[in-house]
Order: sequence, then C-alpha cells, then structure tokens
Amino acid sequence: MNIIIMGCGRVGSSLASRLDNENHSVTIMDLDSNSFRRLPENFKGTALVGSGTDQSALERAGANNANIFIALTQGDNRNLTAVQIAKHIYGIPRVISRVYDHNRASIFEKLGIETFSSTGIVSNMMHDIISEK
Amino acid sequence: MYIIVVGGGKIGFALTQSLLRNGDEVLCIERNANRHGVISEELGSASFLGDGCEVKVLQEIGAQRADAFIATTGDDEDNLIACQVAKHEFNVSKTIAQINNPQNRELFRILGVDATVNTTEVIMSQIAQEMPTHPLIPVLSLKGTGQELCHVEITSDSTVIGKKVEDIKLPEMSSILLIIDNDRTVRTPSDEVILRSGDEIIAVIRPEDEEQLRGLLTGTSY
Repeated sequence: MNIIIMGCGRVGSSLASRLDNENHSVTIMDLDSNSFRRLPENFKGTALVGSGTDQSALERAGANNANIFIALTQGDNRNLTAVQIAKHIYGIPRVISRVYDHNRASIFEKLGIETFSSTGIVSNMMHDIISEK
Repeated sequence: MYIIVVGGGKIGFALTQSLLRNGDEVLCIERNANRHGVISEELGSASFLGDGCEVKVLQEIGAQRADAFIATTGDDEDNLIACQVAKHEFNVSKTIAQINNPQNRELFRILGVDATVNTTEVIMSQIAQEMPTHPLIPVLSLKGTGQELCHVEITSDSTVIGKKVEDIKLPEMSSILLIIDNDRTVRTPSDEVILRSGDEIIAVIRPEDEEQLRGLLTGTSY
C-alpha cells in the first residue's frame, strides 16, 4: 500500500520503518530535514521536506495515489487540517490523526476522521497498571 | 448580536473594536498572555485569555449562544479547526474564517465554514487595481455561482475597438455589466454601444475564462 506519514518524530519514524520493512511504499514528510536522521539507514521509502497542510507538498508526496494518510505532528490543528485535506481534496480512503485534546478528537470522530489520543491511551494504561495491583 | 472573535492580532483586535462601536456584544479570545495583556487594556471585559479551539474555553464563554464566530489568526489550521469546533459542537450558525493561503479556500468551503476572507487575495487585488499595467483584475467572487466580477481596461491593441457590444463574441456564461467611458461616465451597455480604446469594463465571467477575455479586450495573445 502507498502510505504517507506526516511528522518524523519518534512515533512517525518508527512507524515508517516498520511499514517499510513490511514492504509498503512509505513517504514520510517533515518540515525539518534533521528529523529524518531518526530513520534507519536501510529505509527504502521517501523522506520529503514539506508541510502536510501544503497542497503542492502533498502532491509531491504522492497524495493522488495514496491509500493511507497518517498525521503525527505535535499540533492537533495541523494534524486535523492535513487529514481533512487528504480525505476531501485528494480522496485518500483512510486517514488517521493524532489528537492530544480528546474533546477535539471526539468532534472529528463524528466527522469521519479516525483519531487516536496518546494522552488517553497512556493515561488509561497507567490507570490499568495501578488498578491491577 | 453576540460575536466571538478568535485571535487578538491586528485584524482580530481592530475587528473587535469596530464591532463594539456598532453596539454588538463581542468577545475577543487571545491565547498568548502577553498579547492578551496588551489588548485587554483597550478591550477590557471584551477580551478573554484562552485557546479558541478548545471545547472547554468555548463552553466557558458561552459559544452555544453566539450568533457569529470569526476566526482571525494568522494560522489557517487554527482558523479552520476553531470554526469546525464552533459549528459542530456549539451549533454556531455563522462561522467566518480568515484564510492566509489562497489554496485553502476550497477546503474551507467543503468543510462547511460559512464564509472566508482571503487576506492574501484581498491585498493582491487591491494592489493590482492600482497597477496601470495589469489588464484584468478579478474584483469579487460571486459565492456559489462559479463566476466572478472582473475589471478590464480596453487597450489600444484590442481587436474589439470600434465594434458594437453585440458583435463581440464573449466566452460562454460571460456578460459585460458596465462600461466606464474615457470621460468617466458609467453606462450599462446596450447592444448598440461601440467600444473604444481606454474604456473600462466590469464583466461577470468564470475564472477559467479570464485568459480568453483578457485576450479579447486587451489584444494580449493567449
């Protein structure tokens, strides 16, 4: 599958590397070319400097032929804008956004955007760990 | 009317002041504490420190009873998400966003933002109108029609000079609405009017026909 990942932080780079190992065609975008040092040396995908909210950068990243778009930057609004461009302008069938603010996440879930909140996931896990004792 | 203005930058601040002068109930939300300090000296209780994209903040300031919600920050992403939260969580009937990147207009429209103001395009069009060499200037986009008003000056090399309006083959769905003469008289064009060099024309066209109309009226090849 053709997968575009926006944001080459720790999560983005490790996800890109895993998908790349599974022989998906991965393009990872970041505004800062230094972020790409997190990618392994044997990464076969494409690393592209550019913003996932910029349509010309998205076209260079292959948005017209992508199957999945995942937004993983630190900014909730940037992520939500990028996935909505991916979905509504480029018709990418599956878009997933990280959203830290769970109130905002639930609004966009209702609008058909898949979201996940690491804040929620981690706090639930912590809670489970403590409760199990 | 209760109007929420998101962003206390130059535009948001000036807009809030002007709405207050109109006698509206206005609240300007600014998330930067320093900037909020500056605008609150002037706006007093019409300013609020907080993030206009946050559900909790919008609850606190009573967004559900707002008549209009205007996002004026310098970030298109923030303006879009703020308007979507206002619309979908608080059912605000009129959401208006400032757009800084002209590329985003279509996206905002698809996503249900009720109106957009494209600062870059507004400034470009204002400048273009002052530029003597610019032959065709889009003046106003007619919402929902796929058409726009434009302003063209007939230059001396145009092939339409000396022709009647009825004899000019305009692009499909275009029409000439007004002719501003050399001597600055404004006329509505009848079929018999003859076009002259230096006349200015206000026409309604589809944006994709700009080149064709420009070629026709200014003799510029296309």
